[in-house]
Amino acid sequence: MFTINPRVMDKIVKLILWISALLIILILFSIIFYIFLRGWNVMSIEFIFGWPREDWEQGGIFPAIFGTFYMVFISLIFAMPIGVGASVFLVEFTRNEKLINMISTLVDSLNAIPSIVFGLLGLALFVSYLKMAPSVLAAGLILGFMILPTVMRTSEVAIRSVPISEKEGSYALGATRLQTIRFVVLPRALPGIVTGAILALGRAIGETAPIIFLVIMTPAMIPISPLDPNNALTYVLYMLAAEQTPRRIEVAFGISLVLISIVLFLNYTARFINNYLSRNINR
Amino acid sequence: MEKFTFPSNIEDIVRAVLFIFALSAGFILFLIVVFMFKEGLPLFSRIGIIEFVTGTEWNTIDDVYGALPFIAGTILITIGALIIAVPLGVSCALFLAEIAPGWAKKITRPAIELLAGIPSVVYGLFALVVIVNFIQITFDKPTGETILSGSIILAIMILPIIISISQDSIESVPRAFKEGSYALGSTDWQTIKNIILPTAMPGILAGIILAMGRAIGETMAVVLVIGNVVRLPSFLEPGIVLTSVILLEMGEAVIGSLHYNALFCLAIILFIIVFILSILSNYILSRSKIQIR
Repeated sequence: MFTINPRVMDKIVKLILWISALLIILILFSIIFYIFLRGWNVMSIEFIFGWPREDWEQGGIFPAIFGTFYMVFISLIFAMPIGVGASVFLVEFTRNEKLINMISTLVDSLNAIPSIVFGLLGLALFVSYLKMAPSVLAAGLILGFMILPTVMRTSEVAIRSVPISEKEGSYALGATRLQTIRFVVLPRALPGIVTGAILALGRAIGETAPIIFLVIMTPAMIPISPLDPNNALTYVLYMLAAEQTPRRIEVAFGISLVLISIVLFLNYTARFINNYLSRNINR
Repeated sequence: MEKFTFPSNIEDIVRAVLFIFALSAGFILFLIVVFMFKEGLPLFSRIGIIEFVTGTEWNTIDDVYGALPFIAGTILITIGALIIAVPLGVSCALFLAEIAPGWAKKITRPAIELLAGIPSVVYGLFALVVIVNFIQITFDKPTGETILSGSIILAIMILPIIISISQDSIESVPRAFKEGSYALGSTDWQTIKNIILPTAMPGILAGIILAMGRAIGETMAVVLVIGNVVRLPSFLEPGIVLTSVILLEMGEAVIGSLHYNALFCLAIILFIIVFILSILSNYILSRSKIQIR
């Protein structure tokens, strides 16, 4: 039986590893490049700020952009106080390891729930049980449920990374626990909490399945009250792609480009804030 | 700064409120379970559980509901995605953790994070236009909307999970282990094969299981590309999975009907599978950490 010289084998394996990494980067850039190219065809000021015509095939997508932002704004209003509050409790108010582990298991489990199951929860809870019509409030709350684990995880990390010495300094000055949280812990953890909020925002903007029974495509409308129904970018994109014609696919790529640009911008902002945070802590 | 004090008993109130917040994730899980079972279980007054899980016919007109085509479709599409993504993902993780020069890391890491940030419906659109055509032409089929198309796009979507968790567990292999191996004259590959991979295996496995859960639960990317024909699946034919049938049929199901109940039962199956996978991966991850230390 012949054996390959270990040195040669080493070279071969390294080559394979290089190729696999290159392949992944190639896949990513071809996806981004392709979407950019196809989406650019329909991109214009009117496409972003205009009103849709002919069942979203012509004109702009402004109601969907507005509806998406309104909806994720509500999801953040719901998830941020609860998520940050929960992490403050876990870090500052309890030493009970069992409780912390239990809550962390629950959070991981919630994080693993498939998005379509959240969609069904929305249907069963808001439409079937509470007899609500599709609305920004219902869609926003379901998204809020969904991003809660992300918010809790990231803010817990941020709050845990506040140096103990600073808290001790605050206590040594006679501050109470609440004063320490208010004036030392939260300000110090803020960049990390904001980073987490931005990441959660990026995730909420891109979700389709959780809100699919709670948003509408026609009529195109600007919701004012939280009980008005809204249009959402991802849902319009899905509906255009599901019943495809060449024109609908073009518009769908335009919406994809808008979505990816928003997500890219948010990721970049989160990274920037995160770097700012680590610089601060190393100081 | 103006004077700012809290009354002393307010700390207990704050503590109680924050405690309730901390339980919110559990409360939402509870809501999900309650509503899934409330809307799903009435099915079993008409159709037996075994009959439902092993039945192959799904007919909304005659109210005959068998879940096997969807379960089998989900299993096949996930196996396909793992066959593509695991070798590629673990190789890329090894590359990043062990042999990549600094500049290559600087390009690859953000690229992978970006891959994770693309919305799933955008992946679906890309797959519908590019991968479906590719499959149709390559295999000379009447339609490219096949289980394989779904597996390919799922593989791309779960790569970031496999890579990041594998990389973390490879990097947590103690330096002393590797140095010992190099001191004995091993090459990089011998060290990877004999020391690093066996030590990092629990973490890699946990990542793969987590990715599996994601693939099973993914809806939007899959529904656009697999054709959604109710039948027992094969790679190069149109098929259907648990998530896609729920998405497609829930809109037309009358609330409270047997069809509606059956769709919720599919969601219960989905929920149970994903829940078990999540617990399993967390268990492996928490144990492997202890062993590594």
